Amino acid sequence: MATLKSVDAVLVGFGWTGGIIANELTKAGLSVVALERGEFRDTNPDFVAYSRYDELAYAIQYKMMQDTSKETLTFRNERSQTALPMRQLGSFLPGDGVGGAGVHWNGATWRFLPADLTIRSRYTQKYGAAIFGENCTSADWGVTYDELEPYFDRFEYLAGIAGKAGNLRGQTQPGGNPFEGPRQREYPNPPMIASTIGATFAQAVQNLGYNPFPQPSANSTRRYTNPEGVTLGECIYCGYCERFGCETGAKASLQTTLWPKVSKNANFELRTHAKVLKVNLDSTGKKAVSVTYLDSLGREQVQPANMIFLTAYGLNNVHLLLLSKIGQPYDPATGNGVVGKNYAYQAGTNTQLFFNSGKYFNAFMGAGSQSICIDDFNSDNFDHSGKDFVAGGLISASSSGFRPILYHPVPKGTPRWGAAWKKAVAHYYNRSFTIGSQASVQSYRGNYLDLDPTYKDVYGQPLLRMTFDYGPHEHKAAEMIAGVQERIARAAGATTFTTNQLSAHYNIVPYQSTHNTGGAIMGTDPAKSVVNKYMQTWDVPNVFVMGACAFPQNAGYNPTGTIGALTYLSADAVVKRYVKNPGPLA
Amino acid sequence: MSDAVSRKDFVALVGTVAAAEVLPAASEAATAPAKAPPLKPLGSEPEAYKYFTAPEAAFVEAAVERLIPTDELGPGAKQAGVAYFIDQQLGGQFGLAAKMYRQGPWAQGAPTQGYQLPLTPREVYRLAIAETNAYCKKQYGKTFDKLSPVQQDAVLQALDDAKLTYDSVPGKVFFEMLYANTNQGFFSDPMYGGNRNKIGWKLIGHPGVPVAYNAYIGKHNVPYKVAEPVGIADVERSIGLGGGES
Repeated sequence: MATLKSVDAVLVGFGWTGGIIANELTKAGLSVVALERGEFRDTNPDFVAYSRYDELAYAIQYKMMQDTSKETLTFRNERSQTALPMRQLGSFLPGDGVGGAGVHWNGATWRFLPADLTIRSRYTQKYGAAIFGENCTSADWGVTYDELEPYFDRFEYLAGIAGKAGNLRGQTQPGGNPFEGPRQREYPNPPMIASTIGATFAQAVQNLGYNPFPQPSANSTRRYTNPEGVTLGECIYCGYCERFGCETGAKASLQTTLWPKVSKNANFELRTHAKVLKVNLDSTGKKAVSVTYLDSLGREQVQPANMIFLTAYGLNNVHLLLLSKIGQPYDPATGNGVVGKNYAYQAGTNTQLFFNSGKYFNAFMGAGSQSICIDDFNSDNFDHSGKDFVAGGLISASSSGFRPILYHPVPKGTPRWGAAWKKAVAHYYNRSFTIGSQASVQSYRGNYLDLDPTYKDVYGQPLLRMTFDYGPHEHKAAEMIAGVQERIARAAGATTFTTNQLSAHYNIVPYQSTHNTGGAIMGTDPAKSVVNKYMQTWDVPNVFVMGACAFPQNAGYNPTGTIGALTYLSADAVVKRYVKNPGPLA
Repeated sequence: MSDAVSRKDFVALVGTVAAAEVLPAASEAATAPAKAPPLKPLGSEPEAYKYFTAPEAAFVEAAVERLIPTDELGPGAKQAGVAYFIDQQLGGQFGLAAKMYRQGPWAQGAPTQGYQLPLTPREVYRLAIAETNAYCKKQYGKTFDKLSPVQQDAVLQALDDAKLTYDSVPGKVFFEMLYANTNQGFFSDPMYGGNRNKIGWKLIGHPGVPVAYNAYIGKHNVPYKVAEPVGIADVERSIGLGGGES
């Protein structure tokens, strides 16, 4: 075991949040070492290669994702079951390597709504506390939209988000999302072009009186130089976005927005193939002194640092907290403890539309975030009086690029194989589209993360154990959303349509969403949360935890915009306050 | 092509004679002036089943052709090379479950907990093909590949419906694997040995490797069609990668 030279900050994982922290800290003159378990990769040569247009390798065999033969988690729907290993990826796809899941994401970049961040107090005041039901543990975030606004803005300008403002300083803007929180200025880039799918959806929802707008997108719509001096390319709507790296450097990621700058800073060092096993605490247990990791040859190394930032995928951050015994593990029997508490996810319902004639969608074209959306049934944008659920979901029609192995839809009632199936596939590949929703997921007493008692990873450490199922809020919201989606399908003139309801129980097999939230939640009370609003752990003030693991529950949006804002808020507090006066920030 | 017979001529000349017999003797080669033979382009070496035994290959060729049959819309999965594609996959990282967590204990679990068998995909195929052929022999007196299409469909439907299953491997697990792999072989890039002549892409109107669609994406309801879909090998060859004479 070797002990290396101490640095100001060590980062565990090097994706979006690690990149932002590294940039902000090195700009302030601090020394930073980033430890990334996976390999290095960059636009050139990795994503400009023609072999990137390989659906089998990237989308089916998960070329850029976490290797479950080395580390995975165990899963069960409820505590009475024995959790079993997620032996291969399915429901969600954590990344591996530099840039993390922020390389293969679609790029949908939202600001969670003001009402999302104060859900408990707002609904209690407006509708009465009973609306949450008995076992719901959803909570206020301890940070408001107004506090986050400047940091949302910074992330959007860093990433070159393409969109249309719906609310500029309180004034509703035509063409944007009328329900969004007020923003100080327009998006840095104009919105994406509407596809045939988007235009068909927009017309249908307009006829129904809803408010369509283009999804805020990290697929840059023009060459764009961000405030860090890094230039992104222009999106070509190639259709190989989610699960792929970007050929033109238009999709915002660590590589396309920060790496050219961070990598030139002499205070910064990246070590790849470095798997962190543990954060080491001093004898008081109140201060972290170093991390232990395995290097590319499997040698154990100890990297001392004044500050330690957990900047891996949220689930892996929670895993490392539990392994390092930072914070009290959550106990669902008593409701005490915090680490692992309030694990939540995303709830999906979709309606597939089929057209016999009159439409041709060129399904293979598109960009990850090229969607037309409505927010009329999300969050508290509609009246919940008389309803027995909180929040709701975003409804949209996406043109993210539909590749033929994973996408060849046929109407319900078509045989699964044989000549009739083949005919339907041939006809509908370009004459079908999907109206999808991603709905909020509330937190419940029985949904949580802890360490598995049986199964271990390749390093000999216990796997993370996930106990999760959908609750009453999700099922009731999904029922409402499915009704809306079918109304839209009829208004769009579909010959036939098929709705896939939210499954009765969460199933870890089919892909749903890489939006795993909670487990290291933020808040104002150390007895109820792991980190304060600066992402600083209450128990060990020189350990900071980034990512969606801080969300007390999930909203009906993709998480990355809000993760980016929280990361900037944290970095600002560290640079301006913590460095001068180390200790609790709240 | 001056000092070497082409692969086509070579096959015509020697038929199935082993290649070694017509290679120059070592002494000749040693005295011949050093001259590198021209490189054959990628994809021009002969293809052969590397994992399947002959009965297994016959089974899979027959089965995939029922899942995606040849009809008036065009060739089916057999001609698209899907059986060969599956063989190549089983011979590689997929077949060995290279990225699968494979530590025990093994328990059946709930369907929501996913795949929990200790078997790798190549083991699933080997066991299930043998079991299914044994069933077909008992039921029909022949192996699966010799059955009529109607009989083959009945066997596949029984597997799909989980009505036909085995003690050594669940029939449904095998069917779902075969089903997914058949779709992959029919629609993946031809460099993996399936989707030959881009049969799958042509069927549905998929152009293969994309171009910049900025000028097309906003033209609503205007079909974008290409004369011939483009595979990764086509593009690599066009920029001088992949060997061969140019």
